[in-house]
Amino acid sequence: MVKPTRVTNIIGELRHTHELTQGELADRVGVTRQTINAIEQGKYSPTLELAFQISRVFSAPIEQVFSYPKES
Amino acid sequence: MSYEEKNAWRYLVIGVVIPVAYFAIILQRANSTPVAEIQYQPLLLGAIGLAIVAAIVLAILTSILFGSKDDRADQRDSAIGRRGDRVGFYVMSIATLAALALALIGAEQFWIANAIYAAFVLAAIVSTVVKLVAYRRGF
Repeated sequence: MVKPTRVTNIIGELRHTHELTQGELADRVGVTRQTINAIEQGKYSPTLELAFQISRVFSAPIEQVFSYPKES
Repeated sequence: MSYEEKNAWRYLVIGVVIPVAYFAIILQRANSTPVAEIQYQPLLLGAIGLAIVAAIVLAILTSILFGSKDDRADQRDSAIGRRGDRVGFYVMSIATLAALALALIGAEQFWIANAIYAAFVLAAIVSTVVKLVAYRRGF
């Protein structure tokens, strides 16, 4: 099945490294746990603001957390 | 499953069960009585009222039984809600044309009123299904 968004991310890995649950990350950025889960699974492309907020939680640049494939 | 997704499922159940029951009763009466003589008004108002009351009661019950701190709606819920509402609006607009056409050809009030109600129901169901698909498959 084609994923609804081409934006990929390494939030799951970063959460693991920082020992954060989806719920804890959700609380830090003000969304629901289900939204974090949807972002991790590539089912939802977050707003630019939320993407920045998530990156800031991990003290990482946004382009490290989120990726977008180059046009071939 | 987020609170808003649970809400969508609740609306879908209400949006299907009550109208199906209403149309089943009305069509049964239409089999034996000319439509102009059918007292559909109390039943139609009752169906609309019951749907409103059922939505409120189910919302309260869901909140009491399954409520959590994640009851808030966030940006994803809002985006999904907008998408569903937009599709529902298109369906409502097109379906209302049927009621308008019935009015223009001088059809019985019975058919016009029920066509409008059917348009409401169809728009609500399609809107809710679009939201649920977005929740399940993503967007």
